[in-house]
Amino acid sequence: MSGALTAPRLRVPRSARAGEVVEIRTLIEHPMETGIRGAGDRPAARDMLERLVVRVNGAVALQASLRNGISPNPYLVFFLRIERTSELEFVFFDERGRSTRATARIAVA
Amino acid sequence: MARSTRRAALGGAIALIALPFAAVAQDDALVAAIREQVGDAEPEEDGITLRAPSVAENGAQVPLTVLVDSAQTAAEHVTAIHLFAAGNPTPGIASFQLTPLLGRAEIQTRIRLSQAQQVIVLARMNDGRLRRATVEIRVTTGGCLT
Repeated sequence: MSGALTAPRLRVPRSARAGEVVEIRTLIEHPMETGIRGAGDRPAARDMLERLVVRVNGAVALQASLRNGISPNPYLVFFLRIERTSELEFVFFDERGRSTRATARIAVA
Repeated sequence: MARSTRRAALGGAIALIALPFAAVAQDDALVAAIREQVGDAEPEEDGITLRAPSVAENGAQVPLTVLVDSAQTAAEHVTAIHLFAAGNPTPGIASFQLTPLLGRAEIQTRIRLSQAQQVIVLARMNDGRLRRATVEIRVTTGGCLT
């Protein structure tokens, strides 16, 4: 039986130059149980994250729909263009409607 | 019906190349999954770089990099990237909706593959154009059912 979702881990640079493209990494601990395994006798209960929404200063920058082919402990790397000091927000949703959130800040001088 | 005839009957829109690996068990589900995300438009087989190991030691954690050739400006940017596994129990891996806030049209992630198969990537541009790329990946230990 799954408990509450753990907060995602982020690797975000603390600062950037205006206009710089920075690498963002996120890792979230989650079994991503599809429910397909062991379907013979006792199938494991399905427990999957289904969505990630990344916002930069409130505006949606990236969304991901996660399906069965994403590995457990989903890992994602992408690249943001940062124009000014930015507040980043990452929200993961699972198929039961629960969510977990992490934030980070990139300072631009 | 012979497999090649059946493929032709599925429609020319999704051009499934002759696949040397076991990817055909889930043909209909794959075509339906692709159609659900990108419709029936004919993609250009160009403009996407895929990086993945040719042999994955652990099928449960296969690193995959998708890089779409794109200026990433308001005028030209990627709006979506869709990943499919042609030989998994279910074909869907993930879909990403991108905005021009992404300075590079690049996504790195880890996927799980149950057996050697083709991974299919489709990218949608803001002007509606569709691009496609595929990569064959062998797997030492299958990653879906163990």
